[in-house]
Amino acid sequence: MKRKISETPKHTLNDLPSGIDGRVTAVNGTGPVMRRLMEMGVVPGVDVQVVKAAPFGDPIEVRVRGYSLAMRRSEADSIEVSF
Amino acid sequence: MENEAKPQLTIALAGNPNAGKTTLFNALTGLKQKIANYPGVTVERKEGVWIVNGETANLVDIPGLYSLDATSLDEQIARDVITGKQAGLPKPDVIVAVVDATNLERNLYLVTQLFEFGIPVVIALTMIDVFEDQKHEIDIEMVSVLLKTPVVAVNVKTGRGIDELAAKVAEVRGTTPVVPYVYDEGGDEAGPHGKIFSRYNFISSVVQDSVWHSDQSSHRISDKIDKVLTHKFFGLVILVAILLVVFQTIFSWASLPMDLLEQGFGAAADLVRAQMPPGILTDLIADGIIAGVGGVVVFLPQILLLFLFISLLEDSGYMSRAAFLLDKLMSRVGLHGKAFLPLISSFACAIPGIMATRTIESRRDRFATIMIAPFMSCSARLPVYTLMIGAFFGGQYVFGFISVGALLMLIMYSIGIIVAIIVAFILKRTVLKSPPPPFLMELPPYRLPNLRTVFQNMLTRAWLFLKRAGTVILAISIILWALMYFPRSSRQSVVSSQQTEAAKSVPGTAATGDVIDEPRTTDNEPLPESEQLKHSFAGRLGHIIEPVIAPLGFDWKIGVALIASFAAREVLVSTLSIIYNVGKDENEESETLIAAVRDAKTDDGRPAWTPLTALTLMVFFVLAMQCMSTIAVVRRETNSWSWPIFMTVYMTVLAYIAAFITYQGGKLLGYG
Repeated sequence: MKRKISETPKHTLNDLPSGIDGRVTAVNGTGPVMRRLMEMGVVPGVDVQVVKAAPFGDPIEVRVRGYSLAMRRSEADSIEVSF
Repeated sequence: MENEAKPQLTIALAGNPNAGKTTLFNALTGLKQKIANYPGVTVERKEGVWIVNGETANLVDIPGLYSLDATSLDEQIARDVITGKQAGLPKPDVIVAVVDATNLERNLYLVTQLFEFGIPVVIALTMIDVFEDQKHEIDIEMVSVLLKTPVVAVNVKTGRGIDELAAKVAEVRGTTPVVPYVYDEGGDEAGPHGKIFSRYNFISSVVQDSVWHSDQSSHRISDKIDKVLTHKFFGLVILVAILLVVFQTIFSWASLPMDLLEQGFGAAADLVRAQMPPGILTDLIADGIIAGVGGVVVFLPQILLLFLFISLLEDSGYMSRAAFLLDKLMSRVGLHGKAFLPLISSFACAIPGIMATRTIESRRDRFATIMIAPFMSCSARLPVYTLMIGAFFGGQYVFGFISVGALLMLIMYSIGIIVAIIVAFILKRTVLKSPPPPFLMELPPYRLPNLRTVFQNMLTRAWLFLKRAGTVILAISIILWALMYFPRSSRQSVVSSQQTEAAKSVPGTAATGDVIDEPRTTDNEPLPESEQLKHSFAGRLGHIIEPVIAPLGFDWKIGVALIASFAAREVLVSTLSIIYNVGKDENEESETLIAAVRDAKTDDGRPAWTPLTALTLMVFFVLAMQCMSTIAVVRRETNSWSWPIFMTVYMTVLAYIAAFITYQGGKLLGYG
């Protein structure tokens, strides 16, 4: 196996520590969820921040385009970020 | 509006949720609003009259939405309205797009879609005062130039921009809009949704050239409030406290007007009796119509109060926080976080609870919530529980200090909750099966609620409840009345003087007090009410269903009470009073009714009630769909008869099975 730097594991929004700026690199997932995420402004290239998690660890509050968006962990999993 | 001259001008009002659309709509139209449902669906259709430069315009409020891609029902309808495909609505001449200045990028996304319909758009920029208070700056001229469309900053409180908005609408009317950007659909890096990607790219460039943020402070106050309100521990404590206050208030504030309404309807029935000649028409009006309608209208104070609180919680931004806090718990059962409030409300009364499910966007989630809401033990079950406990379990204690009554009460409430969880679990995996809907919910900044919007919302709900539920309930109560009234027993038709007495002694839901006090004619023995009831259709039905309910330990008289209480659960108490000849205005705490229930005998002379029978009846009432008002509301909210019928059938079957297990199990264990 060749080792390349680009093969480092991809991070999702769930890996982003709260309060740290991240940038969306890709939005995966199934059709309607992915579409809805993008319509709400989560498109590749946008800056995101995880604000906090709800009392039972799920859902999470995400800051994107200047507003707060709540999403479940399962949805956050389909958002790839770099940070 | 159908009867008036049709306005020549149709204007659609579109915008994101929480953008201030409702407040603007109210400010533009005043009280001249018409609210209905779009045909075949439960999406609300709101229209009002807006005077634009002296001309009467029909302002159509499009449901608040984030996108027009027609993936949800709201979006489909919004699209139909804009393209003129919605029956009864001409294609709009102008679209007013409400855009929240504090949330510009995401709000403009919908606007970029609106540009594509070839209808001129005027942007109403709201929350501009909040935006400027936060020391941000926006070049409205520049936004207008870049978007190639008029932009007007509006503030409903100060009246800023309202006239200018009308002027701009008149100005652009009839013009052909220019789409201010070109798609770059070739971009593969954006994935299959390149269009969304390129719209946001355009928006980013517009915002970059026209807005200067002081820093990232726009959420500071809300963040501080959220530190407490969505705190892992205190957030939940505060949520419970808020709910307690809401329900305590609903119970205590609503009880006085509810009593007054009840007395008022009682007085109205008495008045009808006093003023009209005795006869079938008087009975129909007093016991059928007034009692039936009155039985529904008494719920009005609770509905008004609940919707006052719901509007306050929604408008302030707290509601979405509550859903955020509880989504994990609710999703374990397969429900949305927003289902918690309708379900909690249903402990007061399932009717406002079911109406409150409108905040849940996903239809399947909403229907699942509606289907289980009646399992929450509502206040109408209390008279039934109280009577049964008072008659058979009063003054008993376990371990010397826990009252059996309180314990039974707790068990009844718990049975309802547990069954609701199980049913929701099953429904979400069968008939209402759906992939877990994306829980993508905006957490809007906290705002002081607009009182006018709050009150208008409250009154709208109340009116819809009265209008729609009232008609169905009226019909059902007349049918129930007739079942207990007809056929008139043959004995009285011989002696005409008895008719007066017999006519007064009609079972019904009204607590008309003077039945027993009425001097009875001595020469001809009057037909007792219980005799009349026995020979009525309801009495015969009681006999017919006796074999079915015998395994539950119920005789035909209890059967009649079960049939009558189908109108409303608490009717069981007044019907039992009639059957046991106690007097109509007995309430559940009445000693004589308790004594009558204890002493009641079946036709073959055995005691009609045992503690086990009482327990069985309580279990039956936890689960059975004994409330025609709820059925009428479910009919309205689901826009079909199949859901309320399904609900009634499955709840009755469940109630029967549970009551059967209780009674037969109790007998096996040697009780009863």
